[in-house]
Amino acid sequence: MTDASMDAAGAPDAPKKSSLMKTDEHTKKRNRSETWFRAYGLAAIATGLFFLIVLAVSIVSNGLPAFTHTVVDVEINMTQDQYDDAESQLLKTSAYEKVFIAAMGAQLAAGGLELEVDKKVLQRIAGKTGSILREFYKENPDKIGTPVSFTLPAASRVDQYLNGALKREDVQDSRFLERADLDIVDQLHEAGIIKSAFNWTFIQGTDSGVDNPGGAGIGASVIGSFFMMLVVLFLSLPIGVAASIYLEEFAPQNRFTDLIEVNISNLAAVPSIVFGILGLAVFIQFMHLPQSAPLVGGLVLTLMTLPTIIISTRASLKAVPPSIRDAALGVGASKMQSVFHHVLPLAMPGILTGTIIGLAQALGETAPLLLIGMVGFVARGYPDGFVNGFIEPNSAMPAQIYTWAARADVSFYDKAWGGIIILLVFLLTMNTIAIILRRRFERRW
Amino acid sequence: MPVFWLALIVLAIAALGFAAGRSRALSAAGGDSRGLHSLPTYYGWNVALKAMVPAFFLLLAWLLIQPFYVNSVVSGMIPDSEIREGSSRSLMMAEVQRTATGLDNAIAEGVMDDAFARDPDADIADVTERLKSSGQIVTSEITRPMLQAAQELRVKSAAGYSIMSIAVIIAAVAGALWGIRESLPDFRARNVVEQGVRMLLIAAASIAILTTVGILLSLVFNTVEFFRLYPAMDFFFGTQWAPSFSGRGGSSELGVLPLLWGTLYISIVALAVAVPIGLFSAIYLSEYASPRVRSVAKPLLEILAGIPTIVYGLFALLTVGPLLVSVFGRDGLNWMQSGTAVMTAGLVMGIMLIPFVSSLSDDIINAVPQAMRDGSYGLGATQSETIRQVVIPAALPGIVGAVLLAASRAIGETMIVVLGAGAAARLSLNPFEAMTTVTAKIVSQLTGDADFASPEALVAFALGMTLFVITLALNIFALYIVRKYREQYE
Repeated sequence: MTDASMDAAGAPDAPKKSSLMKTDEHTKKRNRSETWFRAYGLAAIATGLFFLIVLAVSIVSNGLPAFTHTVVDVEINMTQDQYDDAESQLLKTSAYEKVFIAAMGAQLAAGGLELEVDKKVLQRIAGKTGSILREFYKENPDKIGTPVSFTLPAASRVDQYLNGALKREDVQDSRFLERADLDIVDQLHEAGIIKSAFNWTFIQGTDSGVDNPGGAGIGASVIGSFFMMLVVLFLSLPIGVAASIYLEEFAPQNRFTDLIEVNISNLAAVPSIVFGILGLAVFIQFMHLPQSAPLVGGLVLTLMTLPTIIISTRASLKAVPPSIRDAALGVGASKMQSVFHHVLPLAMPGILTGTIIGLAQALGETAPLLLIGMVGFVARGYPDGFVNGFIEPNSAMPAQIYTWAARADVSFYDKAWGGIIILLVFLLTMNTIAIILRRRFERRW
Repeated sequence: MPVFWLALIVLAIAALGFAAGRSRALSAAGGDSRGLHSLPTYYGWNVALKAMVPAFFLLLAWLLIQPFYVNSVVSGMIPDSEIREGSSRSLMMAEVQRTATGLDNAIAEGVMDDAFARDPDADIADVTERLKSSGQIVTSEITRPMLQAAQELRVKSAAGYSIMSIAVIIAAVAGALWGIRESLPDFRARNVVEQGVRMLLIAAASIAILTTVGILLSLVFNTVEFFRLYPAMDFFFGTQWAPSFSGRGGSSELGVLPLLWGTLYISIVALAVAVPIGLFSAIYLSEYASPRVRSVAKPLLEILAGIPTIVYGLFALLTVGPLLVSVFGRDGLNWMQSGTAVMTAGLVMGIMLIPFVSSLSDDIINAVPQAMRDGSYGLGATQSETIRQVVIPAALPGIVGAVLLAASRAIGETMIVVLGAGAAARLSLNPFEAMTTVTAKIVSQLTGDADFASPEALVAFALGMTLFVITLALNIFALYIVRKYREQYE
């Protein structure tokens, strides 16, 4: 057979001169396709990295404006008479606004700026100053009669104009801002009366109403996330470790063990929104736990994180060599003692790494939180007290970001991007800690 | 929160019991631990476990069962004649419950005092007025039997919780005393403790089963309830999705087909982005890249998998959507009306899925034995020919598994479609039109104002069930394929 076929192939009826030194057409084609194939691969990776860069750039460039806000510097010397007069009026805040406008006028005159200070213009630029002034003087009555320098937040559209998000051409005259106001803003900006300052309200504050994007802060929802993570940590770490120890060290090979294993691997792939449905039906409808509470959010996220923690814990338990167990058993330890005194401490760095990564995942999860009511205008204030932190309605960072993104006012989008930067900073920190833990304590047996 | 303090009290009892058990055993052995069967701490642990475990299980069981029991007793109080037209007993119970919570909150706000809230003959109009003034939502008018049922509910649950506190503390103390009594030198404390710990470990492992059961029960019960109010055929084969906004039943059309189509379409777009990029990345990383490139590019790509989905949602809504509109919108090709569309959500979801496809495929391609490649090179094949004709066919089942896992991920993804895909449910082939998915509608039906017991809210559970079944089937199929493949080469 072989000979025959070789004969057939080896009988050249059209002798073709070919040399190994010279690449023929066919080889060239093959080499070309090789180069192309390689290029496709490189292009794919480049595309992936390109997306990553675009994502990073758009987060940073859109989010940074949330951390600064435009403020108006003004020095006000409130006399007792003015205070009494303002308090006696029906529209108290507008009386305070008049004081503010007078102070602004004096300040402009002192600075040598020839500007027509219309009351309406200043109101449009500086926003609602009256209530801030009133609050301050009610709380500090001793400051009446002495000059106090205020840093008042400017209106959100002025803010957008100065940080470039709002172009002069796009400004449409409205009761919020008129195009002519921008000239005054520019001059005030040059004179240093309007300037940019770090926005502490955004970091520390609570969510604001839909009409006040400037006052919105993420602080309260960071606290909400913190309480949720406490619940997740204190439930999922012990339960996850206990379950892994059982499955890895004690479980006999039987149907029950198989059932648990199948369940864990399936739960790891169940969409997160289904856990939200579970939380809504079981924790809120059935057990009547308080809605929007970090406790419920924590419970739902615990169930969601458990498979992740169990899988990574089992891997690190498996990595501890059997000789450790044998040695412990050999000197008379019980099975339980060998696990808890020797295997578990050695596996601990790996377990902690897995736990931190699981927590980071839980921290960024949004969908289940929507169903248990952690969206909307929830983060109205800080919880008072430790226990209340768990059961008082609050939001969480990702849910707060969603709330802002879903609002109609475009000014909230800045806040959403800014919130994402804060969320990512937390995630980055957690993952860095996990990587450091792994590098420092990882042991190769 | 009394449960929190109750838990602390039980823990305190356990700590005291630990000390007491340990010292009793030691003193019984004359202060010499060699006279004991086990190490002294095991006697302590024995007491602590006996105090804690039964008390906590009692607490948990009580918290689970009491609402159930109280509800069934109270719902018997509502006479059949009171159940309104088009309503059901469970709907009425939901209202009773809301009234009871309203009464609680009203007392907390100081609008009414406890005696008034308990008064069975209180003026209905007055109660309604006071509830409304304290901001408690009263959805429909309260009737006398409903008010009495709500009052009964409050009294019964308050009484239940006080009995629970007493019972739990008694259980803890009794457990501790029992343990202390046992703490004698020849008691085999270690064996008992180890047996107990083993039980706890099994209980922890069973939580996975409990979770699955919980998911199934919450989905099945509510889905059955939904199908009682809305015909199943209309749900599965209806081509219209138009829930009424009142949330009180009536003219809603709740067909799942447009949602399934939206889900499928967006997932297909996502996979069309993720599979080629992910697969070629995996091929390059595992076959061509030098170790240095690999050690940089692989973690960088995997960052994409670690970014929370809300970030992708915002990216779709505010960056990709406007970008696509500027190209395909009115100023460009005029195919696209607004930024939220199948294309937006699909593209962004595809970016998210790249690392899922690439990491899994990378592992699988690496698992193909080197001997197969060497054989191909030996026959004169180029590297790309080897990959295309030897490595990929050998790795194909695993790659299919990876793609299926990515698909199940895409189907279950929520935040990207909630923010990026739009809210209109329609059956259309145009990828630049807004469509919506099963997950997005679960969110919108359950976060609205709809009554929990209305078909508009319950449909979310039926949607959840559909989603759960589809993703479960995909996962099982994918894992089956991956596992079958692994058996071949390892």
